[in-house]
Parts: sequence; structure tokens; C-alpha cells
Amino acid sequence: MNARDKILASIAAGKPALAPLPYIGFAAESDVDLLGAEFIRVLASIGAIATNTTGLELIKEDLRQARLDGGCIVNTIPAIGTVDEEVNAESTAQFLERVEKVYVRGTIGVAENGAIWLSESDMINRLLPFICQHLVIVVDRQKVVANMHEAYGALSTRRQEGYGVFIAGPSRTADIEQSLVTGAHGARSVLVYLVSPETHF
Amino acid sequence: MTDHASLAAAFNKDELRVDWHDATLWQVRKKRDVAAASVPEWEQLRELASQIKEHTLSDLDRLLIQFEKNAQDNGMVVHWAADAREHNEIILRLIRSNHISRIVKSKSMLTEECHLNEFLAEKGIAVTDTDLGEYIVQLRQEPPSHIVLPAIHLKREDVSATFHKHLDTQKGNNDPSYLTAAARKTLRNKFVQSDLAITGINFAVAGTGAFVVCTNEGNADMGAHTAPLHIACMGIEKIIPKTEHLGVFLRLLARSATGQPITTYSSHFLKPRAGRQIHIVIVDNGRSRHLAKPDFRNALKCIRCAACLNTCPVYRRSGGHSYHSTVAGPIGAILNPNMEMRKNADLPFASTLCGSCSNVCPVKIDIHAQLWKWRQILATEGILPANKKRAMKGMAFIFSAPRLYRFAGKLGRITMRFLPFLIANKLWNPWYRQREMPQPPGRSFHSWWRNNRYERKR
Amino acid sequence: MKIGLFIPCYIDQFYPQVAIASLELLEKLGCEVSYPLQQTCCGQPMANSGYANLSTGCNRNFVRNFTGCDYIVAPSGSCVLHIREHLDDDRKSESTYIREHIFELTEFLVDVLKTGRLDAVFAHKVGLHVSCHGQRGLHTSSMSELVGAPFSKPEQLLKMIGGLELIKPARIDECCGFGGTFCVFEEAVSVKMGKDRIKEHELSEVEYITGTDTSCLMHLEGILRRNRSRIGIKHIVEILNAPS
Repeated sequence: MNARDKILASIAAGKPALAPLPYIGFAAESDVDLLGAEFIRVLASIGAIATNTTGLELIKEDLRQARLDGGCIVNTIPAIGTVDEEVNAESTAQFLERVEKVYVRGTIGVAENGAIWLSESDMINRLLPFICQHLVIVVDRQKVVANMHEAYGALSTRRQEGYGVFIAGPSRTADIEQSLVTGAHGARSVLVYLVSPETHF
Repeated sequence: MTDHASLAAAFNKDELRVDWHDATLWQVRKKRDVAAASVPEWEQLRELASQIKEHTLSDLDRLLIQFEKNAQDNGMVVHWAADAREHNEIILRLIRSNHISRIVKSKSMLTEECHLNEFLAEKGIAVTDTDLGEYIVQLRQEPPSHIVLPAIHLKREDVSATFHKHLDTQKGNNDPSYLTAAARKTLRNKFVQSDLAITGINFAVAGTGAFVVCTNEGNADMGAHTAPLHIACMGIEKIIPKTEHLGVFLRLLARSATGQPITTYSSHFLKPRAGRQIHIVIVDNGRSRHLAKPDFRNALKCIRCAACLNTCPVYRRSGGHSYHSTVAGPIGAILNPNMEMRKNADLPFASTLCGSCSNVCPVKIDIHAQLWKWRQILATEGILPANKKRAMKGMAFIFSAPRLYRFAGKLGRITMRFLPFLIANKLWNPWYRQREMPQPPGRSFHSWWRNNRYERKR
Repeated sequence: MKIGLFIPCYIDQFYPQVAIASLELLEKLGCEVSYPLQQTCCGQPMANSGYANLSTGCNRNFVRNFTGCDYIVAPSGSCVLHIREHLDDDRKSESTYIREHIFELTEFLVDVLKTGRLDAVFAHKVGLHVSCHGQRGLHTSSMSELVGAPFSKPEQLLKMIGGLELIKPARIDECCGFGGTFCVFEEAVSVKMGKDRIKEHELSEVEYITGTDTSCLMHLEGILRRNRSRIGIKHIVEILNAPS
């Protein structure tokens, strides 16, 4: 008998009688202002910087300035400036290693924990949001939900992609004496722009 | 002697260090309390998580088959390993057939359990552990002492000395930021050059074939998105039925583990990138045997958050290495006897049965009750020391015979009063080493009652 | 209401004053109390060491002694928990009745007698040690790990005592390290746990440490006396039964 059959037979022989799956239903806050405020508060508590902004001007200016300052800046959001076409899904780590800052759209923000869903199509290359030194995420204020149940509910209506990630703040570690250090392996900083409802990007 | 009690006694030789270890982990426990209290439906979430896992275990074979089918349809390759040896052999085969030499691994307690690094080292293949804590203990050639905080037994000076030796950092620079930056720089090179990334799996979703990996450092993603080959290893119990269940577990996991509202990265892998490969190794290694034990099977609900370690007053004061196993602490003490009963027979006794572990467990494993039940099994199997059994037999005999009990009690009290040196002896009375004996009264309550009530009532 | 007083073996032998106070307090509160004379032990020392199967004789003796009582009350959360969870005997209906009607003293006072006032005075600074088996096993108080409303039956009673200043340690419900045979088989950790509990009480300069379990208190007392501490030990019933 191969390992697969052996394992499955052993499970079948030892498993208990079928137990029902529970129903998950929690009431969730839906007020956009309250959710936005909580989202920003939690992001600050996990070491990110978050700010409300009306329209995209502030973000465009931020990108323009970053490019002027030099260093390798990668924008993946057409609405805020030119998209850097030399970066694609096939770009290698050797190539991406020098990336200083990345601008990427977040699909959904989660108020309870500051997590933001990045889809593969938005990040262009799976490695990009991790290998960059600094990460700027732009989120539509209307897309902030109360908790993870709401977040998965919202994601279930979208087309499934090969990869996606919830990112909550900058990379961190406390492996040396429980002393918190940001910038373990991933981005050292995370800046979140929460864009007002009337803006489309 | 390498049982928990002796290893713990050795750890307690340096009391200041014990105080530091205890205080550091207590901080984590306190953060966990604050995080839990911030969620009004916390106790409901624990109950839901427990029930979802209950269902999963009761339908595990079907869910595994469903997961395999979906993962394959998504372009992943699924392997099955009945034990640690098979797990290691599968990975070795993949390494050889893909001519791999540069391997990065993020934290996976399963690969620790299977001793993958040692196995590959014997074949001349080096693996770099990339979780900072695991990297530190790997450089020091020590096992991790905690499933979430692998280097929690080390002080910053220890890490500084290790990095000075291996990474040429400044001697005596103990600043965690400086030390972390040094590791970041070294490990970035390892990531960029890697041709295989090994990761664990926190949750595997049967309904979609996706798996989720949670890290704070981003090391799993740095490896998995760089190397052309990604091998993800999971125990059979990592399955959950549907995507919506992730909502429950991700709300509980980091809050229980470190008090964070969620880990920095919760990465969902559904399909490999074009031209890349993802292989999943599904491992049993004693788990299906565990599943067949009604009293113990729900230990398989564990999501490896380590809340039970952080809260355990014994763990905090004995250190992870005193459990001489990959998984330390209360959860280790109920998982390890299933793996090797004789070798781990001491672990269920490394507890006062205070019950704090069961209360913090996000999936409501009755850890302390299982510790008690393991003790019964170990006694029944005849694995406990013979002198312990003799002592217990003697005690049981005395307690079943009231007159003998009263005689023995009186004798004991008289001895303590008039021949105290027989009992107050640090050599053979462990109680007396650091504690005084109770001061024996002249008469027992039984005798008081006979004089004051019994006779009177007559 | 006929109450059988269960006095655990080590209280019987080493702390008769705790047993006397329990008896007197229950009588003061109007209970008819009997003390079955052939009682010995709850069987926990054997069971917690893995030898529950050796406690058959002990269990039989327990059932023999306490059959016929409406309630069984003991000044020990740990022994009560053991009986409630593990008492097993051929006399099924008798042993089931006992398991369902055995109470730790403070929970009996609060839940069954609904004690609303006590006239005792104990004008001292007292640190409360929460014993795990009473708390987490019998739910005599809320637990720091769980999210929910706080409550405490022992505290509720201590608040009725005149002049008493109650002080809780920083870690309100950390185990003292007694743990039955753990206290000798894991001597190093056991003592360290006890020392750490005491350190917190010393910081708040209490005169006494009290609690619902004499076993925990015996362990703490052993450490206190070895270190010539001025802090004394009182079982909670000694305080609740103090003169007015």
C-alpha cells in the first residue's frame, strides 16, 4: 500500500463520528467613518502610518517626489502615475532587490487588525511587496470592512487569483529578547493612503 | 538524567535568568490577554474554531482527498508521507532531481519534528533557516526552545556573541535593531540566490486547494517567490474545510500567539507562478494513530500558537529545552507521548494541572485533562518508575483502611515532633530542601471530634 | 439538610484548626453537620500520579462514609474537584449523588446557603491566593485567561469580614506550584513557583496569605517559614469563622 492509501485508511479507521460544521455569523459594524477611523488607529498600533486623503493628488505628489529623490521606485497603480513597465511577473529577485519603494493598490482593508488584501494582479510580481524597502498601499475608503469574516465575504465575490496576501504593517520580528524590531525580511515601512469615496482608481 | 525534572532543576540553577525568562514570556501572555479582551466575541470564536476542527477531524480523509484534487487542478504537486523518513526522502528526491544546492526554509515545526535539517546535512545538503529566531538557534546548533519564539531562551548578549562569531558583527553590540539588520543583510543574499524554498503550512483549505502561510518577518514569501521550487510541508491536521473558516482562525492565531491582531503576512497560495513549481508534502507521522484515541484526538486541533507555553507557569520556569522535544510546553506534553511514549513519559508530569493552558487555547483543547489521562495510560502501561508505583500502592492501601490511616497519621506526626531529623532531611526529602515541614499538631481533627463532639453527641 | 463534613487527610493530620473552623462556621450558619468517622482521602494523590486504578478501595471507603448526606462540604477545592470529576464506584447511584452534591466550602456558602453576611472581624492586611482547582476546576471565580465578567466567591465572602484589607497579587491567578506530587518530583520548579507567588505578596506587605486550599497554603507556608518570613498563612475559613 502506498503512503497515501495507508494514511487515508488509517484516518478512516480512527476518525470519530461525523460532527456538524458550525454556522459563523457575527454582527459587524458598517459605518464607513467609524471603520476608517478604527482601521487607521489599528494601523498606527502595528507600526504602519495611515492617513485619510481626498482625491489622488496627495498620492501623485508623493510618487512624483519619490522619483525625484532617486532610488528605484516602482508604481503599479495607473491612476497615480506612470506604471514602471520594466517590472513584470517574471522579474527576478536579483532585479527586484534594488527596489526602494513600491506603490500598490489594496483591495480590501480590515478595520479590526489593519490587514490589507493585495491581489496578485495588483502587485504585478509576487515578490514585489516583500522585497522592496518601503511599501505604499492605496485603499479605497469604502473598501474597509469590520473584520476577517467580512473580508473573506468580500473576497469571495472576486475572481480567484493564483496568489494573494493580507499585509498588516511593516515586516517585524521580536525574536531577540521579545524586543520589537521592524524590517525583518520584508518592507521596513508601510504607508497607507485611505482614499475618499468619490475617487476611482 | 535527561528527564524534565532534572533539566528543569539545572535551568533553575541560575535564578535571575529564570526570572528573566518568566517575565519575558509573561509579557507575551499579558499581550495575549489584551488582544483577546479587545474582541467581544472571543469566547464564541474559540468555540467556533473548536467545532470547525471537530468537524474537520471527523471528516479528515474526505477533506484531504478534496484538498489534493483541488491543489492538483491548480497546478500543484501533492506528495504523501506516512512518517518523518518518507517526508525527508521526498524532499531529498526533489532536491536531487532539480539539482538544487541553495535552500532557504521558513519556520515549520513539522520539518523540525522530522529532523529534516539533520537528515539533509548527513547527505551533504545545507539548509538555511530564515526565521530570525530559528536562524539564531541554527547558528548556535541548538534546537528551538519555543514553537513561535525559537530563541526565547537567549538573551541579547548571547545573540550578539553568536552574530559576532558568524556574521562578523561588532563585538558587544547588543542592540536588537542592529543585530536584526545584520541578519536581514545576510539572509537577503541567501534569499536572492535560493533555488528551493521550504515552508510550513498554517491552513490548507480543502474547498479550494489553497494553503495559507503566516509570518511576521516575510521570510516565507521572500523564499517562496524567489526560488523556482517551493516545497510546503503540512501535517494532515492542517486542513480546514472552507475559505470562510480562515476568518475564524486568523482572528485567533496571532492574538493568541503574540497579542498582535493578525500576523504581518497571511499569504494565500492557490497556484504556482507560470514556469514555477509548488509541491505539497502531506505528512502523517503518528497523527492518524493519535486520531484513533478518543481521549486524546482533539490535541490534533492545535494551530501551534504557543499560548499554552506562554501561560504555563512550569514552562516559563523550566525553559523549552527541558521538554527534550520539538514541541515543548503543555501541548508538547500531550503530543509527544503519542510519538514515543517511553521517551516522553516524564512530560505529562511536568505540570501542576493548573488548567491555564486549556483556558488560553484558541481551539479549546482540554490540555490539562489530557495530561491527567496520559498519566493514567503511562501507569497502566507500566512505564513509570517502580518505586513510584510501590509508593502509590502503599498509599492506596493506607487510604482504603481508615484505622491504618489514622495509625499512620499519628505515627507520622509523632515522628515529626519527636524525631524530626528523620523527615527533615534535605538528602532524601525533596520537600525539605527549600521548605519547612508542616508543624504537626498534637492531635488530628478526627481525635478532636471524638473528644469534643462524638462523645458529647452520645 | 444534613451535611457531611469531608476533611481531607492532610488537614485532618496537620491542620485540624481548619477543620474545626469549617465545622464551627457551618454550624454558626445553621447547618446540621456530621463528620463520618471512617473517612480518609479523596484519592487524588494516586490518581494524579497516574494510578487512578489503585484508588478503588479509597473510593469505596469514600462512598461508604458519605452516602446518606444531603451535601458533602470540604475546605479544599482540589479534593472536591477530584471527587466531582473522578469518583467512581460500583455503587453507581450513590457515587453519582456524591459527585453532584459535593461542594468546596466557599461555593457552598455562596451558592447553596446564599450567605449574605458574616459577623467576623479580621483586621489585617490579607493577600488572596487563588487556588487553581477551585477556580479553574470548580469555577469559584472568573479566570484571567477568559473574556467575561469578573466574579469571585471567596472574595465575595471576604468582603463581608470586618476590618479586613484584601490585596490581590499582580498575577491574580498564577499557580503556586504545589501540584500534588509535583511538589516533590519537580521540586526545583515547584519551589520557584511558590517563591514567585510569595514575592508578589511581600511587595504589597500583607500580614497573611489566605486561600481556599490548604495544600497550596502548606507549600507556601513551608517556603515562608524556611525564609523566616513574617507573613502568616490562614485558610479562608479561619478568617470567615473569626470572632466578631
